[in-house]
Amino acid sequence: MNRTYELMFIVRPDMLDDDLDKLVSTLESAVTTAGGAVKSVERMGKRRLAYAVRRFHDGIYILLTVEGGGAVVHELERRLRVTEPVIKFLTVRIDEEQKRLDKIKQLRESRRKASSTAPALEAAPAASETPATA
Amino acid sequence: MTEETKAPAPAVEGSTASERPRSDGPRHDGPRSGPRFGSRSGPGGPPREGGRKFFRRKKVCKFCVEKIENINYKDYRMLGQFVAESGKIVPRRLTGVCTPHQRRLSTAIKQARNIALLPFAGASR
Repeated sequence: MNRTYELMFIVRPDMLDDDLDKLVSTLESAVTTAGGAVKSVERMGKRRLAYAVRRFHDGIYILLTVEGGGAVVHELERRLRVTEPVIKFLTVRIDEEQKRLDKIKQLRESRRKASSTAPALEAAPAASETPATA
Repeated sequence: MTEETKAPAPAVEGSTASERPRSDGPRHDGPRSGPRFGSRSGPGGPPREGGRKFFRRKKVCKFCVEKIENINYKDYRMLGQFVAESGKIVPRRLTGVCTPHQRRLSTAIKQARNIALLPFAGASR
């Protein structure tokens, strides 16, 4: 059961870079011990929050992409919850959405090839567009 | 893109108005930005004469036209176009977004709100 999840979390703005590195590396090791794999870690930098969270108006956003089952997410969320500097987090499953996007992309590719060879058949793919996006 | 032309007679008016989206009511709060739905002199364009003679630009789904399939909560700038000043999600009848895309849009906006990329209410301040 391999699923891809995206964990976005916000840490308090006054956190030092070293501490952040430490936090991220502990999370990464937690993922591997729980039987998952870290696909990417992206630091999105400091950003103004849309509303105050624990009286903070800014936060450092970090995006963690993880592969694995529910146990990995459970463990990660538990850790994020108990970690003091983390003020908010969100987990989103992205593999199904990715699959859908790939499918649409593939469909468009094949359609482009078909339209380049036979431009007269332009109307037919346009008509079949609606069920694909639904 | 296609401009709907005015109804020639008041008798035809009733039939044409029924198939159009009901959007000629007063707008309470418009979207933050987005020239597509920014109507200057009301939704009807020039002032109508005797209840007829007005045309409205047909609204089209931004996502269908620009072929954007990836409606993601991280893209808060794009989502901001569909959020009113008050923080509300702008209804489909004002923006012209099609149903499947509006569904994805609303989930994305709600996720973005959860992670403080978009406000739940009011401006971000």
